[in-house]
Amino acid sequence: MDRHLLYLLSSVLGILVVSSIIGFVLARRVQSEKGKATVANLNARIQSWWVMAAVFGGVLLLGPVFTTVLFALLSFLAMREFITLNRTERADHEVLFWAFFVILPLHYFLVGVRWYGMFTIFIPVYAFVFIPFRRVLSGNTKNFLASTAKIQWALLVCVYAVSHMPMILALPIEGYEGRNATLVLFFVLTVQLSDVLQYVWGKTCGRHPVAPKVSPSKTWEGTLGGIGSTVAVSTCLWWATPFTPWQAALMALLICAAGFFGGLVMSAIKRDLGAKDWGSTIAGHGGFMDRIDSLCFAAPLFFHLCGFYFGTGVDPRPPEWVLHLLGR
Amino acid sequence: MMRRTIASLTRLFSGVRLLHRPPHGDGPAVFFANHTSHLDFAVVWAALPHEVREQTSPAAAEDYWSKSKLRRWIACGLFQAVLIAREGITRENNPLERLAACLGSGRSILIFPEGTRRCDGQVSAFKAGLFHLARRFPQIPLVPVHLNNLNRIMPKGAWVPVPLIAQAHFRDPIWMGEGECKADFLARARAALLASHEST
Repeated sequence: MDRHLLYLLSSVLGILVVSSIIGFVLARRVQSEKGKATVANLNARIQSWWVMAAVFGGVLLLGPVFTTVLFALLSFLAMREFITLNRTERADHEVLFWAFFVILPLHYFLVGVRWYGMFTIFIPVYAFVFIPFRRVLSGNTKNFLASTAKIQWALLVCVYAVSHMPMILALPIEGYEGRNATLVLFFVLTVQLSDVLQYVWGKTCGRHPVAPKVSPSKTWEGTLGGIGSTVAVSTCLWWATPFTPWQAALMALLICAAGFFGGLVMSAIKRDLGAKDWGSTIAGHGGFMDRIDSLCFAAPLFFHLCGFYFGTGVDPRPPEWVLHLLGR
Repeated sequence: MMRRTIASLTRLFSGVRLLHRPPHGDGPAVFFANHTSHLDFAVVWAALPHEVREQTSPAAAEDYWSKSKLRRWIACGLFQAVLIAREGITRENNPLERLAACLGSGRSILIFPEGTRRCDGQVSAFKAGLFHLARRFPQIPLVPVHLNNLNRIMPKGAWVPVPLIAQAHFRDPIWMGEGECKADFLARARAALLASHEST
């Protein structure tokens, strides 16, 4: 067990305790009706954070198999929300069955056995080709391109992008062997902290909206304040990563920016579909997709930057047993 | 216990959310829903609070559900369904009699007044059954339930389901108006069910 992981998890615990106390004090002091609603939503969010942090911290401690299964489940739930809101048609039914019950499990199987070479191309190549093939068999040409594109997007964003987080566990980094779970936590903590601090800065001193048509709650003050303070916090956590403090700051800045744009992109899709939230499963937050939208776009970027600058090269060859099975 | 488990599993799989409060007072009610999939009755049944669910019988097609012992047990034992005939209806096996008997004994029922499933998510014109029941039990509330997305989870003719999130909107109950004619009443009931369409 990497002791840095425990330190980092204790920091998360500390943050949660402090925010619960703040939430408790605010609930007693706030007077106005509007303020009460905001604080009630804040406290619902904090409570959900306790659950999410406990589950995520728990699986990180339990090991890579549990972590992979958790992310597979998250992908499933996020894709479910994504497809539910995207009005798919009868002709997509069989394709969707393949996406949910064959492509998604197979992809996470590749994550589980760490077959990196197949992991990187399975969805962008094999699934990309298969989906229009299966859809064309339905014989229905109405909205053909829109339908296939929706399903391909769903797989890329909800499954492929998300799966880069557990795949960090398989990334060989010199001098950092056996500590990759800490890097996963560093990444998730940075992106989520940036979301939270953007919310806090936005609620306290947000004035000028960044993109009023896409996401009215995002303000310049919130975004810059949130990203700035997150970069400061994450830089102080450099000891948990393979980075120097400067590298940690740059990495944090990059993934916060990617997280911000990711959130904005998912908002744009949501707005186009006429919805405020992707779902209603997590109290105060909305759906699963509302919680992981910023992670989706930052995860592949973080994975590949870590890989190509700090990594010692991932082995793309199939595992031994696959070669054996193929008689090679 | 078993019913509670099946109901929880159905909610988990269909994503349909539990109502914490029946949309009408206590006592029997007629729930009527649009019909788009084989899963419809299970989803509405699962969305009801436990106490209401125990008191509610969905109407099910006799020709399908009495074909084997297992089917009969699922329908009658598990879901406490009322089996009604769809073909060869005579004065003796009038399906309404069984539903009326059920309501008369103080239980609620769940019916699909369109009579058959539609695959496009639209709602067909209602058949007369709802009108006859409403006329016989003018004091019983009629609760419209608008089902969304079930035709996408398990459309007509599909072999496998897709795990999307279903929605069951329970609307405010309606009652039969004084001297309301059949066509007017059925159109009003259908409109009450579709009202949820605009608000979502």
